[in-house]
Amino acid sequence: MKTRAVIDVSALPTWAFASKSLMWWGTLGFITIETSGFGLGLASYLYLAQKAQEWPLAAPPPDLWPGIIMTVLLLISLLPNYVLKGSARAAQLASTRLGLVIMSLFGLLPLIVRVFEFRALNVSWDTNAYGSIVWLLLGLHTVHIGTDAVDTLVLTALMFTNNGYMKRRFSDVNDNAVYWDFVVVSWLPIFFLLYWFPRLVG
Amino acid sequence: MGMALVRRLMATNPRGIRDDELSEVGLKRRLEQTWAQPTGWLGWLMVDDHKIVGRRYIVTTFIFLILGGLAAVAMRLQLARPDSLLIGPDLYDQLFTMHGSTMMFLFAVPVMEAFAIYLVPLMVGTRNIAFPRLNAFSYWIYVAGGILLWTAFAFNTGADNGWFSYVPLAGPEFAPGKRADIWAQMITFTELSALAVSIEIICTVFKQRAPGMTLDRIPLFVWAMVVTSFIVLFAMPAVMLSSTMLILDRLVGTHFFNPAEGGDTLLWQHLFWFFGHPEVYTIFIPATGMVSAIIATFARRPVFGYLALVLALISIGILSFGLWVHHMFVTGLPRLGESFFTASSMMIAIPSGVQIFCWIATLWGRPLRFATPLLFVLGFIVNFVLGGLTGVMVASVPLDTQVHDTYFVVAHFHYVLVGGAVFPLLAAVYYWFPKITGRMLSETIGSWNFWLAFIGFNVAFFPMHILGLWGMPRRVYTYPAELGWGPLNLVSSAGALVFAASFAVLLLNVFQSFRRGAVAGDNPWGAGTLEWATSSPPPPYNFALQPVVNNREPLWAERDSMPVVTGLRVDRRELVGTSVTYAEAETREVAPDPSIWPFLAAVATTIMLVGSIFTPWAVVWGTPPIAVTLIGWFWRKGEKEDLD
Repeated sequence: MKTRAVIDVSALPTWAFASKSLMWWGTLGFITIETSGFGLGLASYLYLAQKAQEWPLAAPPPDLWPGIIMTVLLLISLLPNYVLKGSARAAQLASTRLGLVIMSLFGLLPLIVRVFEFRALNVSWDTNAYGSIVWLLLGLHTVHIGTDAVDTLVLTALMFTNNGYMKRRFSDVNDNAVYWDFVVVSWLPIFFLLYWFPRLVG
Repeated sequence: MGMALVRRLMATNPRGIRDDELSEVGLKRRLEQTWAQPTGWLGWLMVDDHKIVGRRYIVTTFIFLILGGLAAVAMRLQLARPDSLLIGPDLYDQLFTMHGSTMMFLFAVPVMEAFAIYLVPLMVGTRNIAFPRLNAFSYWIYVAGGILLWTAFAFNTGADNGWFSYVPLAGPEFAPGKRADIWAQMITFTELSALAVSIEIICTVFKQRAPGMTLDRIPLFVWAMVVTSFIVLFAMPAVMLSSTMLILDRLVGTHFFNPAEGGDTLLWQHLFWFFGHPEVYTIFIPATGMVSAIIATFARRPVFGYLALVLALISIGILSFGLWVHHMFVTGLPRLGESFFTASSMMIAIPSGVQIFCWIATLWGRPLRFATPLLFVLGFIVNFVLGGLTGVMVASVPLDTQVHDTYFVVAHFHYVLVGGAVFPLLAAVYYWFPKITGRMLSETIGSWNFWLAFIGFNVAFFPMHILGLWGMPRRVYTYPAELGWGPLNLVSSAGALVFAASFAVLLLNVFQSFRRGAVAGDNPWGAGTLEWATSSPPPPYNFALQPVVNNREPLWAERDSMPVVTGLRVDRRELVGTSVTYAEAETREVAPDPSIWPFLAAVATTIMLVGSIFTPWAVVWGTPPIAVTLIGWFWRKGEKEDLD
């Protein structure tokens, strides 16, 4: 069939931020899947709690401090993450590199605190169903912190190579920061259920 | 220094070569080079063209269809007469589990995705699927899951707890050995691949539609796949979560489903059916999309009630999450809950009915040519309406209580799934085979295929309604002669053989037409959507110039010349990125080149997942290789695709 040119796209950019970026939508897709997974995990926790005679089952509630430290740490990390998004959107290489180094640390620190959290649960995964579900929820969230920490480290390394001069990398930095927001926000309901719910119903 | 390198690269030719600078022949030659797939055995593992991956998916799903079908034939031979000793109870348990699991996880859902992987990018007028490397990864993971399940079966470790693997039967106490673990891990493989494909499809449709293809100009099959993909995003995590819990219960002594330690067996059923019911719609909704596409072409007019059909698809998608408890009516749930789920189960008949009436209205009063695709669509309407009617019946608690776990239910869901999805799928095979291969399937063999399938299917499954009402339970390997179920079972088995023969005829047709079929040309059916605007089979770049869309059926509206986009670079893989609602051109998106890393990542993932069936330590030693392959996948060395 013959063709007739009606739109010229030669002047359009080859990368963009947020809703104009394909990768941003892909990230949002993965966030949707994981939200669904977390939601079902939390629902399973509540389901088991509602079936049980006492809650927590045959164990004291988790010690509060590691969880509080974790929550404070994650909430504080939102600030440098926000600044990093701004640097990326302004395509400022130096401050983006600095922000990524800081966010790499904020990715690794929670993994250390997480060790103490597991120890503060006061129950093992094979003690009873309560132990199983709290280990599962905490484990699931740890996987997310770990994944994003590795992701951030790799991206940081990449931004210190020649590739940091490619403008489209700033969009990747923005997407990675959006994902970290999700890791932090998804923690809050888990924090509530794991640490406060047993104290409220117990 | 870095900046200097970039500048040097850009300076060589900052604009690249643009499509409007070349002659028609030169353009095609250049695109052919840029979009060429790698060759050789290594190249074979790197392929990321959506058409090649889609074709591989389609062929693989049909291999699993044959395997699952043979399992069904074996079962029907066993049940053909009472007190049969052909197959023992243990093998029979494996057979029905393998049949159900294969058909649901390795055939029905993946085959719909396979067609979408092939067709959606063509239908929306783009050059490749979004995230083509993820697409390649998803295929390898899917194949690995299927091989795992069937290899285990060959070594007498076939899953044997039914396709929904209920606990406590599948738990550590009653299912020693590795059969249940193999099943649970196969789930992880297939769901991982389905989730990946769903994201690709959503992103392709949201961001890579041809300019001008506003939301109300998206072909109905594409709409169906978007809705399906969203269902997958919300439903599949439920079965991944529950199958992980099951493996943990079996491997490291957790107690999710162990009532003695505060666990709950119904938790499994809730999680499984929260996935399992929407799963049915991830099979059925794409099929309705196929039907809409085929009916419009054969009626030679736009589908009646486009908006109503889109809204029906979306409401079926949402309602599908409110039905799961109707699989659990006999588990003693609260009465109020049961009433709610009865109501929502009946409600889904409304959008389904809307679809049927829109299709009938489209066909009404048109001179129809009864080519094979249309025959299968008409067969679908008959069979699906029958399945829908028994669906409304089992939605009611008292009736369901009576027929639960009997052959009535088996009849019902085969009418819905085979009648509602496999018949449209076969219509789709006949309809799009010319596009995929460039050759027509034989119409003569096609009508044989249809009539054998239609008669065989009804003879096989209609008697099961009666057997079920007489009380014949599912999943029994035999039955005594005194119950009087023998004759109808014999009829059913005979029908099953005819139905199986119809697939042999299909294969014959495919093999013969692939070599000697009539040459199809670009648009053999005179259809209106974009996949027919390019050659059959399409070139690696799909469209030499990407189309612009001003109408729901662009090929019917633009008969003289096709409006197109210009200004894309052709010395790298550029395509138009558009806005979500109005499909206005926003970016020149650069698609990545093929890579070996997705395959390596799939291998590493497979090793970890299979290892973790046997030892939890596999997660520890299996994760670093996955991380390495993923980093290799995402690492950038300043390829041409990265330049601004």
